Amino acid sequence: MDMKKYQDPETIRRILTLRRVAIVGLSANELRASNFVARYLQRNGYDIIPVNPMAKTILGETSYASLKDIPGPVDTVDVFRKPEAVPDIARDAVAIGAKCLWLQYNVISAEGAEIATRARLDVVMDRCMKVEHARYLGRMHWLGFNTGRVTATRQNK
Amino acid sequence: MSDDHEFGFSTRTVHAGCRPDPTTGARALPIFQTTSYVFEDCEAAAAYFNLQEYGNTYSRIMNPTVAAFEERVANLDGGAGAVAFASGLAAQSAALFTLLRPGDHVVASKALYGGTVTQFKHVLGKLNVGLDFVDPDDMDAWRGVMTENTKCLFAETIGNPGGNILDISAVAEIAHAHDCPLMIDNTFATAFLCRPLDWGADIVVYSATKFLGGHGTSLGGVVVESGKFDWSNGRFPVIADPSPAYHGLAFHETFGVYGYLMKLRAETLRDLGAAISPFNAFLLAQGIETLPLRMRQHVANAQSIAEFLDADERVSNVSYPGLPTSKYHALASKYLPGGCSAVFCFDLPGGRQAGMTFIEALSLFSHLANVGDAKSLVIHPASTTHRQLSDDELAGAGIGPGTIRVSVGIEDVEDLIWDLEQGLNAVGTM
Repeated sequence: MDMKKYQDPETIRRILTLRRVAIVGLSANELRASNFVARYLQRNGYDIIPVNPMAKTILGETSYASLKDIPGPVDTVDVFRKPEAVPDIARDAVAIGAKCLWLQYNVISAEGAEIATRARLDVVMDRCMKVEHARYLGRMHWLGFNTGRVTATRQNK
Repeated sequence: MSDDHEFGFSTRTVHAGCRPDPTTGARALPIFQTTSYVFEDCEAAAAYFNLQEYGNTYSRIMNPTVAAFEERVANLDGGAGAVAFASGLAAQSAALFTLLRPGDHVVASKALYGGTVTQFKHVLGKLNVGLDFVDPDDMDAWRGVMTENTKCLFAETIGNPGGNILDISAVAEIAHAHDCPLMIDNTFATAFLCRPLDWGADIVVYSATKFLGGHGTSLGGVVVESGKFDWSNGRFPVIADPSPAYHGLAFHETFGVYGYLMKLRAETLRDLGAAISPFNAFLLAQGIETLPLRMRQHVANAQSIAEFLDADERVSNVSYPGLPTSKYHALASKYLPGGCSAVFCFDLPGGRQAGMTFIEALSLFSHLANVGDAKSLVIHPASTTHRQLSDDELAGAGIGPGTIRVSVGIEDVEDLIWDLEQGLNAVGTM
């Protein structure tokens, strides 16, 4: 599988401009990676929609059993589940009219990506939404991480 | 859009880590000479201290000038990130401290900087960490001392001062067969000449005081990690298990490729406290902007001087791996195609007295305990940097009583050769 296709900087930056993010597999445990990511996105202006049948609310937001239960539109479906679960999640993402499917680190599914791509969703794979936001729009460089970015353009933010 | 372009090494030495300051437009790297940072509100402060958001809290743990230096080094080495320290020794001790616990075992090359040998022998021993030194050229020696408690292999890309070139890929393979990382001190080569992470190493440490800074002005050290080692393989509970020093946070699970680096910064640097000053980080980051220019001149001068000394019958054992007669020539061609840096040794047959006479007759080489300066430097290791080593350990590190170490600078090479002639003539009339 050509992973580069699913890690395109221009696509990532476009997805980061969309505000409504459903997070599938979001944990209510505040020490889990999914909780860190959701809290970060919430603090940075995103509307997060937890998808976890085991919880009622997470980070102050109602948690839904599945993508199909979410009232209103969803821009991005961010996935923290095992790879085998991805094809069904991708079919749901297509069904609810989401614009993008984002698969977190190690959530690698060629089949899921294919389902979403065929329905013209943008797909990102094996990347973290928090890290990519911090790389392009945030403060990842404040902690000595390699953003890979080289630019002499001033960002007035 | 610049995010889609692959920039070259020299462009990255000038730009990586340092964008125009968004508030003031300052083009040079600003020196943030501050201990602490005002929080936007209580919730932001909590998020920073919980590591839920990237934020500045206190300059012992992070500082924007230091961060620019760190990102520049991480970028040049191809790592996930970097953490800077007050010195090279502080950096490597913190890198080890982060992954070790009492009862663990480290295997290190015996051809190392004397300060590293001393640090490992005495500090690791005090922490009840076992240690074996091995001949870095002998792969069976590495394999032979591995135990179930071995948690790290350590070596220098170019051994100080003997010029051993490490077969990085081969040693990395031995490390990974035992599910442990390979840590490389790349101080002499810098990422300009060799990128150990590309050859399978997992962690790179530097004394940035040397070629990275380049001008002998500022102490500093830095640790770069690849982000690729599986710290959750069951052998590193200190990184993988919930941390009692961070309210139960499991660093590798939560931060993934950034787990080791977060632990190194948020725990080891926080708790041991060997922070680099922002001004030193500024000078080191500035030094890196001319790294490719300087290294080309260092290497060209060193090659010429090594050839000059090798051809002079008053000198023996010129240890420069760039010489075709060096036993490391093949490894040097593989790992260091751009040259073998600029620090090497040679022997004067007259022993200790000849060494001292030689050094005192020089007038352009500076007699001091440092390497990797734009200025040419010279020292007699047996009486200075490696003074704490026994005769056996000296021999193991490839050092004799008449061994002279030079760090070739970027002056005109004709002037450097003129100066060395002065020294050799003085020895000849002893």
